[in-house]
Amino acid sequence: MLMDRYTLLQKIGIYAAIALFLTFILLPFAEMFRTSLSPMSHLFSQPYKIWGDNFSFQAYSDMWVKVPLLGRYIWNSIYIATMVTVITMVFVIPAAYAYARLDFPFKAMSLGVFLSVNMFTGAVLLIPLYRVMRTLNLLNTYWAMIVPGVAFLIPTGIWLLRGYLEKIPKELEEAAYVDGASRLYTLRRVVLPLATPGLIVVGTSIYIGAYAQQYLFAVTFNQVAELQPLPAGLNQFIGYQTVEWNQMMAAALTGVLPVMVVFLFLQKYLVAGLTAGAVKE
Amino acid sequence: MADITSTAAPAAAKASRKGLSEAWFAWALIAPALLFIGVIVAWPLVETVRLSFTDADLGGESWVGLANYEKMLSGAKFFEIVGRTFFWMVLSVGLKLVVGLIGATLLNAAIPGRALFRMMIMPPWVIPIAIGCIGWLWLYNGQFGFLSGMSQRLGLLDGPFEFLAYRNSAFYAAIVTDVWVGTPMVSLFFLAAMQGVNRDLYEAAWVDGAGRWYRFRRITIPQIMPVIVSMALLSAIWTFNSFEIIYILTQGGPRGGTTTMIIDTYKTAIGNYKFGEGAARAVAIVVILGVFSLLYLKVLDRVNKHYGVK
Repeated sequence: MLMDRYTLLQKIGIYAAIALFLTFILLPFAEMFRTSLSPMSHLFSQPYKIWGDNFSFQAYSDMWVKVPLLGRYIWNSIYIATMVTVITMVFVIPAAYAYARLDFPFKAMSLGVFLSVNMFTGAVLLIPLYRVMRTLNLLNTYWAMIVPGVAFLIPTGIWLLRGYLEKIPKELEEAAYVDGASRLYTLRRVVLPLATPGLIVVGTSIYIGAYAQQYLFAVTFNQVAELQPLPAGLNQFIGYQTVEWNQMMAAALTGVLPVMVVFLFLQKYLVAGLTAGAVKE
Repeated sequence: MADITSTAAPAAAKASRKGLSEAWFAWALIAPALLFIGVIVAWPLVETVRLSFTDADLGGESWVGLANYEKMLSGAKFFEIVGRTFFWMVLSVGLKLVVGLIGATLLNAAIPGRALFRMMIMPPWVIPIAIGCIGWLWLYNGQFGFLSGMSQRLGLLDGPFEFLAYRNSAFYAAIVTDVWVGTPMVSLFFLAAMQGVNRDLYEAAWVDGAGRWYRFRRITIPQIMPVIVSMALLSAIWTFNSFEIIYILTQGGPRGGTTTMIIDTYKTAIGNYKFGEGAARAVAIVVILGVFSLLYLKVLDRVNKHYGVK
């Protein structure tokens, strides 16, 4: 469209600004990649040199030997985030539906209670939370990392999903209801299929939240090495004498790669879904 | 409320019967989530308040009344930390919003390569925060890191500079990392909001001869203002509570230079095993964030009314 045409100078300016922005975003990854390729001797050599001729992918094979559980850590991270997402959605879907569609006493107040949970983080409540986990016998299990994750993500999930459910035309539900379908049947067979795009966006956001923040609960509530997620497992590269920095960086990059690739491609749907939820009609 | 069933008397009776069952149904749907949060968040919160009136440590606990609060409020250090926390929050959130808005605008420009650029901003958001911090830890390293090394080669620095070794530079370095973690999400939410703006508005303005900057200022910004304001609130709460970034980069040091309220609370309770004193600090955080949120929701309400969002 004519309105969107840029002059050559404007185009150059936009590309330059994007390059600067992306440099900021990607710089730590470039640094991690550079470090992962450097032999330890190069890392600590002076004067500083960005690139050496002896760079290799050696660390990418050594890391599996140095930390045999690495594959397990990568898997644990994905497993914990997946479980958190599934369980959170089980709690969020019915509650979000109630707030989107139904009228009931204390509606606004109870929604406020949910949203106020957003003000807390695990770090503030760690001591009592530790005691709760101990009482429930969850310490040193996967659940010690899954359960708190779910609790802190439920409010965001309800808040996001409610927005999508409100957009689904009410008439469809009423038609099913008049035809004699039960409320639960209507929710399952009419509302949820229509809400699929919204469910994907909310599920994706929750997964990101669950995947990004598994360090604190893991190091506090779990001592079992086999159950640790990747961020906690990377500590294994820190030895008594030396830290294998190149292997640690290689492991970090390799570990996040599967999830990162998935989300790079989900980005388009995420933005489209957020747009659909953000537009008020 | 356009409820067609409430027009006739028999229908109204039916609606009220439906209303009763509706309330039960609604509460049945909400109860599981509410119960879960009750056990995992609300109960620990109540416990925190109780602990704040005790001298709990590893050995046991006994009631000490307001002693923890008196001790906390009597020193100048606490207020210094509160001030630093607000400075941290305002600066970091401000930068996230500005950088996020610029980023969203750039990614919204109709240019070739746009889809690829949008993908490339995702990584800081979708990886574990702790892992992103390892990258920054190395970047900030004076001996082996890129920033110090590059600055020396370009002649900006005479020798190695440890970014995390000095109070001021460590604080701003942590801010940069916090902005880095938060910006992609803010950008994508703004981008989504920008795409939701009705194109007719832009075309009408364009036909009237409005330039790009004018259209951005008078159409884009007002149209996405509700999203900006709600992102500002969410970011503010998250940034106030930002724990992993500071803890991994500096553990609150050097000499307390990056100690915010959340770090102080954690170090008091977990680091020094003073559960009671830590709990008093946790309560202070909750009170401050509570007051802050209430004020903010009032502002949000006004903004929404001003821009005609229900």
